[in-house]
Amino acid sequence: MADIGIGVRVNGRLRRASVEARLTLVDFLRERCQLTGTHVGCEHGVCGACTVLLKYPDDADESGPGLPGGEAVRSCLVFAVQADGAEVTTIEGVNAGGPAPGSGELSAVQAAFRDHHALQCGFCTPGFVISATAFLAEHPDPTDEQIRDALSGNLCRCTGYQGILAAVRAAADGIVTATQEAKQTKEPR
Amino acid sequence: MKPAPFEYHAPADAKEAVQLLAGLGDGAKLIAGGQSLVPLLALRLASFEHLIDLRKVSGLRGIEDRAGSLPGALGSEGAGSKGVGFGQTVWIGAGSTEAAIGRSPAVAAKVPLLARATPLIGHFQIRNRGTIGGSLAHADAAAEYPAVALALDAVIETLSPRGQRAIPAAEFFTGIWSTALEPDELLTGVTFRAPGGRAGFAVEEFARRPGDFAVAGAAIAIELDADPGGGADGRDAQVSRCAIGLFGLGTTPLRASAAEASVAGRAAGDLTAVAFGREIGQAAMADLDSVPSDLHGPAAYRKRVGAALVAAAWRRAIEEAITGAQGEEAAGG
Repeated sequence: MADIGIGVRVNGRLRRASVEARLTLVDFLRERCQLTGTHVGCEHGVCGACTVLLKYPDDADESGPGLPGGEAVRSCLVFAVQADGAEVTTIEGVNAGGPAPGSGELSAVQAAFRDHHALQCGFCTPGFVISATAFLAEHPDPTDEQIRDALSGNLCRCTGYQGILAAVRAAADGIVTATQEAKQTKEPR
Repeated sequence: MKPAPFEYHAPADAKEAVQLLAGLGDGAKLIAGGQSLVPLLALRLASFEHLIDLRKVSGLRGIEDRAGSLPGALGSEGAGSKGVGFGQTVWIGAGSTEAAIGRSPAVAAKVPLLARATPLIGHFQIRNRGTIGGSLAHADAAAEYPAVALALDAVIETLSPRGQRAIPAAEFFTGIWSTALEPDELLTGVTFRAPGGRAGFAVEEFARRPGDFAVAGAAIAIELDADPGGGADGRDAQVSRCAIGLFGLGTTPLRASAAEASVAGRAAGDLTAVAFGREIGQAAMADLDSVPSDLHGPAAYRKRVGAALVAAAWRRAIEEAITGAQGEEAAGG
């Protein structure tokens, strides 16, 4: 079982490594890239704690303005070798495009989570933030029902979901407001 | 690391993939989206010496509107012999993700049952990776796509070192997680026939939590004869085709054939009552002989749930067939 050389662009930085084929993407991110913000929960695709954004070069970019591209996936259900050549965005890079990664500044979704008490122990939070980020990129003006459906793939065991729903609602409303303001300033009166 | 060690292969085309599969024998397994396979590996319920990744295989992705008949002529066991005839079809590459299928305007317009079943699969993060080919080849009896393929008489296309085959869905699901695929055969695509005239479709399932495998589910397709008077009302039109696909109610996805036969040729307007829905729900459960019993529910409970789901799906499907629109949308997710 020879190791396999891979190159994955993680949060904008190309990471090359030689890995065992059975190494999951989440273990690659945590142990080889030292990006421990992505959490390992159930390790079989149920809890959503390990959710990251994954984007292959041949995927169409369907992301909205100011949101990082890529599709939300369970990084425990992807082998690192399958992400060879792809771009991955983790919680550490989710504010890219706005404040610099590592600056401590928050993305709109992250800030909404803080404002609405959407986290307590924080274990599930990276997964929720990534899921919400991807969801809002595709559905910038969602109904409450759509938000509930989108968050149903992430489990929280301590905070409770009300704060999380409120945070995603607020982040969505902020995106709509910002889009409208941008339109109004662009359009001649 | 949870899975046992394996050798990884990422062939660039389908021929290379099936040659690898043939050459490596029993120890090899194809991996598409991996959303069912990787949990099995992580829990060590399964292990393989070789995984053959289909991610780089060209020609497996895409959704195409195609005029013409089902691809029965391709193989020896084609569905063409069933008199499906000419019409519009939609071809979906086996590697197309459930997310891509859910977003496809062609699928929504031409294969509405497939489109409506898609949001019921797992969660959106799962649908971003999971593929239609993977779902059919995995053949979980409680999964949505196998039951939909069965209800729509889809044709499943495969490739092996011996060439291509076209397998009718009715012959594809052979047992628990078992299919008509040969050990060296790759599922390459699925073709669905678009309905020609008045038609109605509905899918219903019940799961303990949204995204879980269904305790029971039903996918119903009803087509009506062309209205002889040409009027706007479909109530007088007769049922020309009725298919009731069931999932979670046996060792494979199933068709409720006796219940289907009981409505063939009847005027659609006579089949709309709530009481008739209940009746066909009961009829659809009558012949089931291998309903699973597990901690999610004993067989008797699953049958009660199944009857209620068939009744609910029936009412929506028949209403759509008659009026061209469904009443209140059932809550998805």
